[in-house]
Amino acid sequence: MSTRPDAIKAIPVRHPWRWVAAVVVLAFAGAVVYTFATAPDLQWSVVGTFLFFPEVARGVLVTLELTVIAMVIGVILGVILAVMRLSVNPVVSTVSWFYIWFFRGTPVLVQIFFWFNIGSILPYLHLGIPFTHLVWVGTTNKIVTPLLAAILGLGLNEAAYMSEIVRAGIISVDTGQSEAAQALGMTRVLVMRRIVLPQAMRVIIPPTGNETISMLKTSSLAYIATVGELFFIQKEISNFNYDIIELVIVASIWYLAMTSVLTFGQYYLERYFARGASRMLPPTPLQRFRRLLFHFHDPPPVGPFEPLPLYTTHHDDRVV
Amino acid sequence: MATPMVLAEGVHKCYGRLEVLRGINLSVAPREVLCVVGPSGSGKSTFLRCINHLEKIDAGRLSVDGELVGYQQRGDKIYELPDREVCRKRAEIGMVFQRFNLFPHMTALENIMEAPLRVKGEPQKAVEERGRALLARVGLADKVDVYPNQLSGGQQQRVAIARALAMQPKLMLFDEPTSALDPELVGEVLDVMRALAQDGMTMVVVTHEMGFAREVGDSLAFMDGGVIVESGNPREMIANPQHERTKSFLSKVL
Repeated sequence: MSTRPDAIKAIPVRHPWRWVAAVVVLAFAGAVVYTFATAPDLQWSVVGTFLFFPEVARGVLVTLELTVIAMVIGVILGVILAVMRLSVNPVVSTVSWFYIWFFRGTPVLVQIFFWFNIGSILPYLHLGIPFTHLVWVGTTNKIVTPLLAAILGLGLNEAAYMSEIVRAGIISVDTGQSEAAQALGMTRVLVMRRIVLPQAMRVIIPPTGNETISMLKTSSLAYIATVGELFFIQKEISNFNYDIIELVIVASIWYLAMTSVLTFGQYYLERYFARGASRMLPPTPLQRFRRLLFHFHDPPPVGPFEPLPLYTTHHDDRVV
Repeated sequence: MATPMVLAEGVHKCYGRLEVLRGINLSVAPREVLCVVGPSGSGKSTFLRCINHLEKIDAGRLSVDGELVGYQQRGDKIYELPDREVCRKRAEIGMVFQRFNLFPHMTALENIMEAPLRVKGEPQKAVEERGRALLARVGLADKVDVYPNQLSGGQQQRVAIARALAMQPKLMLFDEPTSALDPELVGEVLDVMRALAQDGMTMVVVTHEMGFAREVGDSLAFMDGGVIVESGNPREMIANPQHERTKSFLSKVL
């Protein structure tokens, strides 16, 4: 056996352009911050006052509520529509196609506005069991509250988009997977639920995270139905005190904070569903940040490494 | 004579205008190991997939253990079987694929336990015990909790065999089980298959491994152009092929 040669001790390549880029970016960012910070008519104190105003906080909660409920409806209905669309039953797949065509083809704002005003054409809702005299009648405007109108508009529209995302995920799973499952005697439903959908999740999650972040902002359209979410509240307050930009900044800070939390959460969800799919998981945002701070000049980590960190308490940021 | 495990009579299969199977006739007895060889595109994989109804046949009759595949005969009429019945019959036939097709989101043991638990509804404990025993039988007792992508090709294929065996099938189908493996990993898979044959499993093996066909096979069929050109005892056939087409094929693969 020959002896192992010494490790290479080379002087690393210098990257002067990184420093040039950093200076340019910092200068530009500084200029932008300076412009806004010193704008003569921008009252930062007003921003401070309203940032944690009880009404605004309530608006944030309603925005979150709308986002969560609309996304839950969107995802559940979306999965059902995607499976229907890929069904061998032509009636079922046509229904799904028609739904997607309709709800993707009209603006969300219009759909929310439609549900909000449905009472004007159908003042009463009748719900009866066929061939019996059991009928239940309700006033539409009492049932379809502004909040429900917004939820219906956002959720039903989202389902159309989600179904296409789920369908793409299902198609991305290798056909050998469902063949192997079928060969074991699994029924279509079982194959979909146990084998195909769990693997499709890896493809479905990233765009779903996108959709959730998008929904958080799209939920502001619920103002048309007078739902007291963040944008509506912000508008109500500025209608009253005319500090329009200040309150837009308040709303933006909240929207940014919420989307940041979602971005973070998406990362961990993706890592969970990547189990068994890749040997090298991407670093978490925290790991990346630490790497940036302490190991700026190190070469990027190279894989593969085992075992999967998901199942270990391994928190080192160096994964070599 | 006992009911053949597989009986094919004039089996035809078309994809659109392309006729892939043009009249297959063969019979596999219980405990028999049939090896099917032939050039690519000769229809051998397609025929294998017809046996557990992954493909529908267009003409002829194909039966497993005395029952038609995918159909039911009542009087002189033939009825298509409902999905649930097809699944029930597939559960009795194990299949091993060229590309393993293990479920990547499940560990080796979970892969094996999935079908007995969900399809047959057997109790968790018994299934887990059998799963561990099967992994030990294919020489992977230490890989119970490992995900497929951390296994070599040969190990994955052995897990795939164990997964099929977990359903306690009466017939095993192998679709080029060693074709996607590195040459040095082929042996470990063939060893498992040889042991299975010695235990009396009925097997139909589509393969390019002539050595395996000669040693383990009870019979050999050579397919080309969607028909069985020649079949018989593997040793005699390899030593002394009768048909021109068989001769030229064997001269290239041996």
